[in-house]
Amino acid sequence: MYASIKQRWFSNVRSDVLAGAVVALALIPEAIAFSIIAGVDPKVGLFASFSMAVVIAFTGGRPGMISAATGAMALLMVTLVKEHGLEYLLAATLLTGVLQIVAGYLRLGALMRFVSRSVVTGFVNALAILIFMAQLPELTDVTWHVYAMTAGGLAIIYLFPYVPVIGRMLPSPLVCIIVLTTIYMLGDFSMVRTVGDMGELPDTLPVFLWPDVPLNFETLAIIFPYSAALAVVGLLESLMTATIVDELTDTPSDKNRECKGQGVSNIATGFLGGMAGCAMIGQSVINIKSGGRTRLSTLCAGVILLIMVVFIGDLVAQIPMAALVAVMIMVAIGTFSWESLRDLRKHPMSTNIVMLATVAVVVATHNLAIGVLVGVLLASLFFANKVGQILYVGSETGDDDKTRVYRVVGQVFFTSADRFTDAFDFKETVERVRIDLTRAHFWDITAVGALDKVVIKFRREGTEVEVVGLNEASATLVDRFAVHNKPDAVEKLMGH
Amino acid sequence: MKAPHVMACIDGSNYAETVSEAAVWASQRMDVPLSFVHVLDRNQAPSQFDPRGNIGLGSREHLLEELASLDEQRGKLAQEHGRLMLSAARERAEAAGIAEVETRQRNGELVEALVEIEEESRLVVLGKRGESAEAAPEHMGSNLERVIRGLHRPILVVPETFTSPSRYLIAFDGGPTTRKMVELLAERPLLRGLECHLVLVGADTDEHREQLAWAEKKLAPTSSAVHTRIIAGEVEKVLCDYQHEHDIDLLVMGAYGHSRIRQFLVGSTTTAMIRRAQSPLLLLR
Repeated sequence: MYASIKQRWFSNVRSDVLAGAVVALALIPEAIAFSIIAGVDPKVGLFASFSMAVVIAFTGGRPGMISAATGAMALLMVTLVKEHGLEYLLAATLLTGVLQIVAGYLRLGALMRFVSRSVVTGFVNALAILIFMAQLPELTDVTWHVYAMTAGGLAIIYLFPYVPVIGRMLPSPLVCIIVLTTIYMLGDFSMVRTVGDMGELPDTLPVFLWPDVPLNFETLAIIFPYSAALAVVGLLESLMTATIVDELTDTPSDKNRECKGQGVSNIATGFLGGMAGCAMIGQSVINIKSGGRTRLSTLCAGVILLIMVVFIGDLVAQIPMAALVAVMIMVAIGTFSWESLRDLRKHPMSTNIVMLATVAVVVATHNLAIGVLVGVLLASLFFANKVGQILYVGSETGDDDKTRVYRVVGQVFFTSADRFTDAFDFKETVERVRIDLTRAHFWDITAVGALDKVVIKFRREGTEVEVVGLNEASATLVDRFAVHNKPDAVEKLMGH
Repeated sequence: MKAPHVMACIDGSNYAETVSEAAVWASQRMDVPLSFVHVLDRNQAPSQFDPRGNIGLGSREHLLEELASLDEQRGKLAQEHGRLMLSAARERAEAAGIAEVETRQRNGELVEALVEIEEESRLVVLGKRGESAEAAPEHMGSNLERVIRGLHRPILVVPETFTSPSRYLIAFDGGPTTRKMVELLAERPLLRGLECHLVLVGADTDEHREQLAWAEKKLAPTSSAVHTRIIAGEVEKVLCDYQHEHDIDLLVMGAYGHSRIRQFLVGSTTTAMIRRAQSPLLLLR
């Protein structure tokens, strides 16, 4: 027991603690930015990032993954906050956690196998676009100072690592924030907005509070739709991020434990006055890149974040929004899968359509869950269409001239049923028709209906029909659904 | 089915040599083929800290590429290193006169790898600690307990030195597990012809005497001599003292007879014995 705790927590201490610190620094601007998107005080997002990271470090199923307040979740709560206020958001966060725990126990993590790679790519790209778009309000109707600061910030973030020696010692997003804050404090930039202008920052440690909402059905009716969407998007982003971290580190993760862990973290976050959160793709990549591997780095990220915001809160209030915007643009650029643009030319059209449709729907609805649903549906349709192509019906005359033998090879189901029916020549006058299904698969009642139709059509022409070689799978289906071998077959099928 | 093998697990620690010596001894005594197993566990490599903390165009793809090629280099080195160790072990075993020596290399965790080949193994030989464990003398390797719990085959745990044993001690408590152990030892050739010491830690009662007498009768035909003793006291201390006194060079005991919960509350005799014993330990489940 001791040994496994050591393995899970302390096998990589130095890198984990330092990576946790780098992540904590990057989490602060993100938590503030996402609070602003959701329309709540920065302290709500900062507390959320603290408690999500700390709790998931113990309860999560993917070591080394970072969870905190996220843009995907923030976008879903905008109307709830606007119409009902913060207390309802906290209640919705609790309910989100409960729903996620239920999903974990129902092993819904396994449903991720229906989410194809192009949907994941679409999700990631849509997320990056949403994060970028959320920065636009900070960049519209402002003076040139803001543009200059943002551009300068981005230049620092991407060029600072090339500075000899110190470039490889300090996180460049932190340098960007420090430099821009110093410039702001030294100069006279009252027209430039700062974090302090956006709302209240934490001045104490978070306290345990039951949300101040009436415990009745009305409240449930208000928060449930939001909680359901939050739970779905939270799990989707968490499980997708887990897959990405799995791939990067070449280690396995426990997806159902992650679902439950996300639930527990959200419940804790709701009680501590934070907004619902989930795993973050950008931050998790930063963590892995910085060398974080175990649960310790996630825990450190949360703890260091809290220490910094509580004790240097006054300085945090002085950070110009332009610095945050620069960091967030970096996150958006880093999250976006640029490879997918290059691959557009290589990949089949159906894959591209799934990816682009996912992106388009998310950008239009601001709801990642709907985008993923559309993506999964499209991908399924394309797949059904493709598999439907695997059907061949050949025919030959039998031993005597009065018989014709049809051989069906391949998959018969709803997309291929029409092609199946069309393959038979009902106009030909023969005494007997034999349909050989030895190498065919009947998947659904549409296929069975098509076979019935063929048989009955032949019978109406006065042709005797013999169906042979229904394999096991088809046989059970035919037994259950078919009408052609029952007495009132014709009436039933042709009744209308 | 293939004839079961003696599986000797070696790695880069200084136990590798004694493990192969012990395995050669066991394989010769039992007259079964010998396999050397080397498991490459990649997770042990700690990562490098990179303080830059920014992500840009295609960061994820680059990172994947970078980490994969790092692992590739490490993996290749570890494979090569393992192959050298395995062939060295094979040469030593062949020089010692074993005709049939196999070597295998697997990726993953030691426990998993051993469970996979459990069907083919008759005895598993392990060092007390692995290469990644620090050299604290009272410390047990992190993998060892998991292996002992995970496998249902006899396991021989060897310390840093190994000499072919001539006197062995059975920690006997009269319970069904240890009775089975005695029966097994009487049947199997591994410890045949050696001097056997049966020690029962507990009160000197008629019941205990009877049980010891039964075990003595079982083992007498296949041993050069059988000594029995009943000693009261704390199990680990009694066994270790007895061992020093009589110059015992192999300890035989049942492994982890109790649940994890009990172990958590009162501690495990098995773990304590593995930590304290200076001689090889044969654990039977």
